Amino acid sequence: MGDNGGFVKRAMVIGGGIAGISASIDLGNGGYEVVLVEKLPSIGGRMLQLSETFPTLDCAQCTLTPKTVETGQHPHIKLLTYSEVESVEGKAGDFNVKIRRKAAYVDWEKCTGCGLCAQKCPSKNPSEFDRGMGMEKAIYTLSPQAVPNKPVINPSNCRYFKEKKCRVCEKICPVGAIDYEQQDRFVEERVGAIITAVGFDLIPKESFGEYGYGEVPDVIDGLAFERINSASGPTTGEIRRPSDGKIPKEVVFIQCTGSRDPERYVPYCSRVCCMYTGKHARLYKHKVHDGQAYIFYMDIRSTGKGYEEFIQQGMEEEGILYLRGRVSRIFRDGEKVVVWGADTLTGKKVEISADMVVLATAIVPQKDTKDLAGRLGIKTDEYGFLTEAERKLRPVETDIEGIYIAGCVQGPKDIADAVAHANAAASKVQGLFARH
Amino acid sequence: MDYLYFPGCTLYTKAKNFDQTARDCSLLLGFELKELKNWTCCGATFPLSTDNIMALLPPSRILATAREEGNALTTLCAICFNVIKRTNRLIREDGEKRDKINNFIEKNYQGDLQILHYLEILKQNIGFSQLKEKAKKPLAGLKAAAYYGCMLLRPFEEMGFDDKERPTLFEEFLEALGAKAIEFPYKIECCGSFQSVGSPDVATECAYKILGSAIKNGAEAMVSTCPMCTFNIDHKQSDIKQKYSGFKPIPVYYFTQLLGIAMGLDYQTLGFDQNAVDPLPLLKEKGLL
Amino acid sequence: MKIELSRQKVHNEFAKKVELISGQNLFACYQCGNCTAGCPVAFAMEVGPHEVIRYTLLGLEEEALGVNTFWLCASCLQCTSRCPKGIDIARVMDALRMVVLRKKDRKDHIQIPEFPEGFLEKLPQIAFVSGFRKFLS
Repeated sequence: MGDNGGFVKRAMVIGGGIAGISASIDLGNGGYEVVLVEKLPSIGGRMLQLSETFPTLDCAQCTLTPKTVETGQHPHIKLLTYSEVESVEGKAGDFNVKIRRKAAYVDWEKCTGCGLCAQKCPSKNPSEFDRGMGMEKAIYTLSPQAVPNKPVINPSNCRYFKEKKCRVCEKICPVGAIDYEQQDRFVEERVGAIITAVGFDLIPKESFGEYGYGEVPDVIDGLAFERINSASGPTTGEIRRPSDGKIPKEVVFIQCTGSRDPERYVPYCSRVCCMYTGKHARLYKHKVHDGQAYIFYMDIRSTGKGYEEFIQQGMEEEGILYLRGRVSRIFRDGEKVVVWGADTLTGKKVEISADMVVLATAIVPQKDTKDLAGRLGIKTDEYGFLTEAERKLRPVETDIEGIYIAGCVQGPKDIADAVAHANAAASKVQGLFARH
Repeated sequence: MDYLYFPGCTLYTKAKNFDQTARDCSLLLGFELKELKNWTCCGATFPLSTDNIMALLPPSRILATAREEGNALTTLCAICFNVIKRTNRLIREDGEKRDKINNFIEKNYQGDLQILHYLEILKQNIGFSQLKEKAKKPLAGLKAAAYYGCMLLRPFEEMGFDDKERPTLFEEFLEALGAKAIEFPYKIECCGSFQSVGSPDVATECAYKILGSAIKNGAEAMVSTCPMCTFNIDHKQSDIKQKYSGFKPIPVYYFTQLLGIAMGLDYQTLGFDQNAVDPLPLLKEKGLL
Repeated sequence: MKIELSRQKVHNEFAKKVELISGQNLFACYQCGNCTAGCPVAFAMEVGPHEVIRYTLLGLEEEALGVNTFWLCASCLQCTSRCPKGIDIARVMDALRMVVLRKKDRKDHIQIPEFPEGFLEKLPQIAFVSGFRKFLS
């Protein structure tokens, strides 16, 4: 039992992406203690994977890192990364949350973040953070600016865990922080309100039979392109295609891959693809001046401030060719990737022998969102996104008092809207706390 | 096990080689094709107009009479397979049409006949591993491109034959026989079908693209399961040669002809005289005769 | 090439007839062009299948029936299998054929007497049975 008749004025934020971070900082600055739970080893979420953001083309890490650092150093924010919510009981003002702190096999108290372990680790595996465009070691941090800057070992990639061999990281660690015997442990936190901001995933390109079932190496998705374009990414920012590392001169971008497709995939619009595809084409042209970028689109949804101007600038200044039509089929033909699309404005069937194709795949909830919703006792809609209390007037609340939602877990949105959403959720929490 | 068999009009005449080799091979594989006692042409195209019930009568009659003789029907021609299977489903699901049709043909068919393509029998009931064992003369070194065409695969919801974007059944069949199956992107693209009547030049162009794609990917032979496709990609190779003088013809086999070779049948019984492009030189070259 | 639209013109009797025969809702088409993009014979068509659907929806009977598009359709169903709105475009193409062939003047699309010598003899039955059903009234 606490003061105020038992109403605990501490908040929990689940999800350490830009929405989770924004909400945490707001609440922390408001004087409230925040427990921020993040399932990956470090915070930053999707924005950390981006190279530049629209419409300003600011470097994503440069904008994000001050926020992650602020979160990591904030006196009121307790950061629990590499952790997941196991169960939730109670009600507003009195939630008991059991959290699983996953075994990192590294003692973070001792670790200084020197990075020697990752340097010397011999096991290279396709990196999920790099969307398969690059490799990561079995012991790794997600990025050079990770907060916290502590590595974890992925046991399914680690030679010690698989074959009882190696142990190089243990030998090389100057402070003896490696601990293969670590187990998952559980902690409990008592909080008065919870904000769920666990973000989104993309439909895997392997779902698209007509586009090659993900087996054509030079057909990639938008996040993979972000990694290729990132200075901290697998190609240090050079636009090189995955199959042979050559610089592609004919790049086809395809919007609405899986979105607005009620018959075969998802019926809704993923909201951000028009903007990020335009951005990708512009970034590509900035680096490959003699390349041609084609964008197959059905509509251009550029509704934010400066968005429409950004798109038009791409057409006028970068010579990006927008072709209004879908793409029926993509297949490999020798070194080229053949794209069969349509330009409905001239009415013609269009064939392009591209060097690389970037699919703007539909935004979907993460696979474990439904489970989490179940544990929290909140609803998901037919596509798996968390359901808001009322579509227009209560976009950040749920049916359960004290549990709020923020960011893309409620539905696709861009960074500015995710931050606004998160700010709104934080203010709802503060309002709740003020009433008790 | 025996299967009721619907040959279709073309297999009785212009594609007799397809029919005969299928019958001969099935005996070697332990089943018999029992031709339906009474059958007519299936109509060669599933009526796409929702109000055309007349066109549904021939396939419905075939289904109804087949059901009186057994409960599984097989066919070789991809178009017949498509027409019959789609009609079957329509009868099952559209009560109004079912009643009208049954009334007219004076039968009481409910749509419960099982329709199988010969390749499905080979895969599901015989098993490709059995095929491999029984292949006395594996087609070693033969680079064959399996041409699916459209009617086996589409619409997927009704045909359920294989993945409509990347089918593999036909390639598994060829590999079981010891051949090297050649993948090529045009294997699911249309040969032009009946446009060889309406706009023959367009059909020629379709066939050219399919053959070109297969040859580019290393094919020495095409393998077909439809007399319409075979007409377009085999017999029309002379038209292709007229338009594209550099085109080098390649032989087109019905899959049962290759099956026959692999099973050790005498090549002279395989109806090669009905193939347009001479099918023998390639087989001689590979030592398969 | 200006057209005047009104509620009488849009979705008129012609369009409704096509919808009835094909069983498809033409309003569902959002003109993405996927059908045209994947059509194996689109290279020879005057306009793609998506455009003919547009003409039909707008009630432009003359324009819709005046192109070679639906005559060239081989009913391969590639368009139908990939339409994101679930429209059976092949049925719409066939419906357009039927609208023409069922007209009072019963004009065949192909003229059998005009076939070159020996043409029909070479064809397999499957070709002219299906061909005749698609092209003859």
